[in-house]
Amino acid sequence: MKWSSPVRQLGLAVVAFLLVAACGSSPGATASCNAKTATSATDCGGMSGLETAAKAEGTLNVIALPPDWANYGAVIAGFTAKYGIPVNSINPNGSSQDEVNAFDGTSNAPDVVDVGQAVALANTAKFAPYKVATWNDIPAGAKEATGLWFNDYGGYMGIGYDSTKVPGGVINAVSDLLGSGFKSKVALSGDPTKSNQGLNGVIMAGVANGGSLDDVSKGVAFFKQLKQAGNYVPVVGTAATVKAGQTPVLFEWDYLSTSHGKDVSSWKIFVPSNAIIGGYYSQAINKAAPHPAAARLWEEYLYSDAGQNLWLKGGARPVRMAAMVTAGTIDTAAAAALPAVNGTPQVPTGDQTSKASAYVVANWSAAVS
Amino acid sequence: MGAFFLVPIGAMLEFSTRGNSVTSARTLDAWVQIAQTPGLVKGIVVSLQLAVITSIGMLALLLPTMVWVRLRLPQISRIVEFICLLPLTVPAIALVVGLKPLYIWININVTPSVLALAFAYLILVLPYSYRSLDAGLAAIDLKTLSEAARSLGAGWFTVMWRIVIPNMPSAILNASLLSVALVLGEYTVANLLNFQNLQVEVAYVGLVNAGTSIAVAVGALLLAFILLMVLTLVGGRLQQQNYVPGQRA
Amino acid sequence: MTAAGSPALDTAARPTGGGRRLSLSWLGVVPFFAYVGVFLLLPTAIIVIGSLTASGGGVSLANFAGINKPYMVKAFTLSLSVSGVSAMAGAFFGAVLAYAVVTGNPNGLLRRSIMSASGVLAQFGGVALAFAFIATISTVGFVTVFLKDHGIDIYPNGVWLYDAPGITLIYVYFQIPLMVLVFLPALDGIRPQWREATESLGGSTWHYWRYVAGPLLAPAFLGCTLLLFANAFSAYATISALLTNGGTYVPLQVQALLTSETEQSQPGLAQALALAMILIVVIVMTLYALLQRRTTRWLR
Repeated sequence: MKWSSPVRQLGLAVVAFLLVAACGSSPGATASCNAKTATSATDCGGMSGLETAAKAEGTLNVIALPPDWANYGAVIAGFTAKYGIPVNSINPNGSSQDEVNAFDGTSNAPDVVDVGQAVALANTAKFAPYKVATWNDIPAGAKEATGLWFNDYGGYMGIGYDSTKVPGGVINAVSDLLGSGFKSKVALSGDPTKSNQGLNGVIMAGVANGGSLDDVSKGVAFFKQLKQAGNYVPVVGTAATVKAGQTPVLFEWDYLSTSHGKDVSSWKIFVPSNAIIGGYYSQAINKAAPHPAAARLWEEYLYSDAGQNLWLKGGARPVRMAAMVTAGTIDTAAAAALPAVNGTPQVPTGDQTSKASAYVVANWSAAVS
Repeated sequence: MGAFFLVPIGAMLEFSTRGNSVTSARTLDAWVQIAQTPGLVKGIVVSLQLAVITSIGMLALLLPTMVWVRLRLPQISRIVEFICLLPLTVPAIALVVGLKPLYIWININVTPSVLALAFAYLILVLPYSYRSLDAGLAAIDLKTLSEAARSLGAGWFTVMWRIVIPNMPSAILNASLLSVALVLGEYTVANLLNFQNLQVEVAYVGLVNAGTSIAVAVGALLLAFILLMVLTLVGGRLQQQNYVPGQRA
Repeated sequence: MTAAGSPALDTAARPTGGGRRLSLSWLGVVPFFAYVGVFLLLPTAIIVIGSLTASGGGVSLANFAGINKPYMVKAFTLSLSVSGVSAMAGAFFGAVLAYAVVTGNPNGLLRRSIMSASGVLAQFGGVALAFAFIATISTVGFVTVFLKDHGIDIYPNGVWLYDAPGITLIYVYFQIPLMVLVFLPALDGIRPQWREATESLGGSTWHYWRYVAGPLLAPAFLGCTLLLFANAFSAYATISALLTNGGTYVPLQVQALLTSETEQSQPGLAQALALAMILIVVIVMTLYALLQRRTTRWLR
């Protein structure tokens, strides 16, 4: 049988097309981008190369990103809208340690994590180095030199309160909380023996009462007094408990506290000027990420002006804020809405946090139960 | 006693319909937001599939074993009882530490699908199912019935299918109810193994705002309740077909 | 049971002489043990090995020394007491409720609704249950406010909701439905003929329960109470979502040691605690077995 010439040419074209398609479709290892070892976008053929590789991978796994935490709901939606890559958000209530524990080498493992300082420092062996395009805007103390981790946003430990439920409608000092008008009203947003946020609440109370970052005993003593006065309610403060009126005075990161404003219109935030305790979270990429190109694209997005401004909208202070203010790319309305802070922030180092938490673990339950 | 159970749920319902300040009107906003979450439907489907697989697997594994132990190996009944209580004594988070390596192997060599959770769930339902089936088996005269059937020439499969199962309908139904309810309500193991089932999706939706978190919890309870009612209806029908006069069902 | 029955059973199963029969019987439980061996015993072994491994490697009992701290011991006593009380309360009220259900129409709507509701509520826990109780009887809860308007103050000596009494009450909320579900099949097995027989022999209700139904139900009742105890002892989702007063229950300690954000993660100690929990349940189970042997002596 003789194949006619056009049919033969068509057949050859189809075979050629299939061969080219097969060569070009292995994820993460195209000619222009080996995402697993890329340490910056240039290693991947620039942003467009990275984007192509990421789209080929098809999805992104993130972990422990509740939608109302620093506006992450909008950040995730923005990423998917811009690049068309769906985001798989697992374990929304997870702790930083949970995030790193989830690195199990399977296709369900998270590609990127957003963890507290202590966990980031302790797990650098599991991360892959990467420097985003705006790397130079990140202050030197806020990143690891080769890009294993880098701060993303932060805030200050504050006391959020419903002004209609506190005597005088305003809190001016942490010691106000010991007054009789605060019976069963003061709560923490996490157990300080296991939660970073809870621990920082105790540290802040300690510093405000004459202690220091190296000595958290005054903080534990303060809460003991609070408990003896009947003012401390040992309940985890959440959006629901705030709305229900169960925890009208809540120690919480200021950017999380602002979200209660939509449930309680009289919600205010107080940050003591003698105890401005700052806490920054850090981004890191899983060395064994199932979708390495998507992971790197996500980081680029987070550190772009759009990503940083979305965090700012959520009340958090993005790490590139100083550079963006200079460049004029900051969202000025959102920046103005941040709680006013007068004084010098103090940020506990890894060692100080570790020492404080060891003390709290040994002494907390005796103090407040 | 009904009040004890219904009042807290009523309080949750009341909270989920509150407006944004003390004086604003009741609203169904929180409930509406549930409907706007696509992941939730996926979670429901996955959990239902897991519930079915786990219940059937549990009955297939546990019932023949328990019958066999009662008839042939009564000396190990205490060991079986202890093994079936073991999953309950270890907190789920500690158990996951041991299950992790297994699941990594399964993910790579068998399937990365979320339905692999059924393996773990079967273990988790063991304590409850064992207790229920044990009470049912104790109530029937297993030895006589099985001997009678065997002496009439029945094989073991016939004994199980036509003698044992029809004689303990409430025990089997209860064991299945417990299994389904456990799978629908299970959060910890799925979450720590990086899977997304119904409760993980519920937790995610719950973080959108305060009212929604409670609305979705009540919704999940109602959903489970309706499913279990359907299950009891089906169980009731099957029971009627196998009804033996003179014996309390 | 009968002499006539046994040979029929034996010949049906046994191909050859005495020793062979034993091994064939064991064959019947192979599937169960194989499955359980892989998915339960292996993870448990991993926990046991983990608890005996020091952080630098090598066998050691150092992890168990961590249990000897005052806050740990307190956690154990609190967990044990709350689990015990909630198990007994749950068992009692659950059995009563189960009895009420059983005396009704077996196919009726009431029985079905209670069964389904029990199924749902037995597994109800975590954030939702914690919040449900906060919304109901906390200082600003629904019921508290209602009672206060009628002159009743349920917190005259301070708030007890977050201490042992409150947590026990919350646990009872899911213990009762669990008891209903696991105990009902035992109640279903009671024949009406036994009641009639007792009465025809001149016995009262007291005689019926003391000499007939009671001993027959005792093994199931005890077994279910044991289940409730283990259930409460290892439950942690609710208290984890609720409390910030420092791991006052053993499962919370395990959780903190495995997932702490503040660098207090010690998997070895967590596994040692898990092993301690298993041992406690083994002890309770041994007591239960001894008790059962005494109450059902005449049945065996």
